Amino acid sequence: MSNNTTPDRNLIALALTWLVVLLPAAWGVSQVVLKSAALFR
Amino acid sequence: MAFDFLDRSRSIAPANYDRWRVPPAALAIHLAIGQAYAFSVFNLPLSTLRGITASAPDDWKLSTIGWIFSVAIAFLGISAFTFGRWLEAAGPRKAMFASACCFAGGFFVAALGVQTHAFWLVILGYGVIGGIGLGLGYISPVSTLIKWFPDHPGMATGLAIMGFGGGAMIGSPLAVALMEHFKSATDVGVAPAFMAMGALYFVFMMFGVFTVRLPAPGWTPAQPRDASGTRRTVLAPAPDVHVNSAIRTRPFWLLWVVLCLNVTAGIGVLGQASPMIQEMFPGVIGPAAAAGFVGLLSLANMTGRFFWSSLSDVIGRQRTYMIFFAAGAALYAGVPFTGRAGNVVLFVAFYVLIMTMYGGGFATIPAYLRDLFGTMHVGAIHGRLLTAWSVAGVAGPVLVNYIREYQLAHGVPKAEAYSVTMYLMAGLLLVGFAANWWVSPVDPKYRFKTGDTV
Repeated sequence: MSNNTTPDRNLIALALTWLVVLLPAAWGVSQVVLKSAALFR
Repeated sequence: MAFDFLDRSRSIAPANYDRWRVPPAALAIHLAIGQAYAFSVFNLPLSTLRGITASAPDDWKLSTIGWIFSVAIAFLGISAFTFGRWLEAAGPRKAMFASACCFAGGFFVAALGVQTHAFWLVILGYGVIGGIGLGLGYISPVSTLIKWFPDHPGMATGLAIMGFGGGAMIGSPLAVALMEHFKSATDVGVAPAFMAMGALYFVFMMFGVFTVRLPAPGWTPAQPRDASGTRRTVLAPAPDVHVNSAIRTRPFWLLWVVLCLNVTAGIGVLGQASPMIQEMFPGVIGPAAAAGFVGLLSLANMTGRFFWSSLSDVIGRQRTYMIFFAAGAALYAGVPFTGRAGNVVLFVAFYVLIMTMYGGGFATIPAYLRDLFGTMHVGAIHGRLLTAWSVAGVAGPVLVNYIREYQLAHGVPKAEAYSVTMYLMAGLLLVGFAANWWVSPVDPKYRFKTGDTV
């Protein structure tokens, strides 16, 4: 592995690990926001 | 051995490992076990397992079903207390794996209980086995992140514990969608939904198990340089205190009271949020708007966990709790006024603020413990402290329900029945203010000394 590719791979690994948890979390938050909208209708 | 990869030694990070890859591992565990907060979505379907469209005479009563969540929270505290020392020694990977097995296994056993209509199996599965998974999964990621972020311990623990608050937001719509998918003319779909959730959460938690890392001994984060070019120094934790010594100190018990009162004040109202807003604003707020209010409170609970614990890194833990207790008491005392004035927006705003501080109380406590007792046994000490949550989990709802029923029985109108509860909550928070005021550094005689038994 060359030194040039290592930072990129680390960055991709970092982005992927966050994506795995942020995607379901974002879905959950969007569900709540949609439901909360009923309060202000 | 096939399970060698779970060993503490195998989870030590290599040099130059990016510490920002660790919080997602913690979040994966907390987002999963946070599903517990959403268990109430199963309550109604569980009460119509036989009758399907309505409760049959041999269906379980809602009051009976309520015990499943209570037992799970009680076992969260018991397992955090019992296994806290073990998980510090075993390392986060093994503890998270055990948590995933218990949490998912609990769902599977509970599914069997639902299928055979055996309530004791549901209690054993979700309540006892699942509850043990909750306790193991709650404290292990927190103590790991504290070790990775000595410069931002509040923010780090807030990040993980925010996941626990957010878990309900995933768990609730997921459960509804799964039950909808599996239901038929003869089945409400709870058992297959339990099986599916057990499997899904197990896979999700395994992501945390495989990605979690511990910093190498002696590792410290590189600090950015300030304007003068010198590196900022990391705020050192307090000298280490052994867990067995920690629970003999006055600060530990004061923090126990602080957590217990902060949770009691919030949890009782959280459980009653939907009927409360409808009864305080009759004819204005219906069931759909009340559900929106509950959703907004969970969002406030979640964001408060990150916001307040991060702020505590800047203004200090003791000051943060001063704000919680002083502002919380003022807001609770002001809630009846918003009801009498018929001001829904102000009522919602007051409760949103209260809920951010309720969540913030949970999220800031591990960093407070780290400031007082060091990092060596912070997970185990946190586990001991969580018994305050178990006590508050029972005391809060009982207090709110009992006072409300007493008021109604004595002819107080429904819209006014919550006023006394609010004033009582304000009073409890003032006691919490005093307890927090009294917290002081740990007596040096309790410090861990080289040569002591770990």
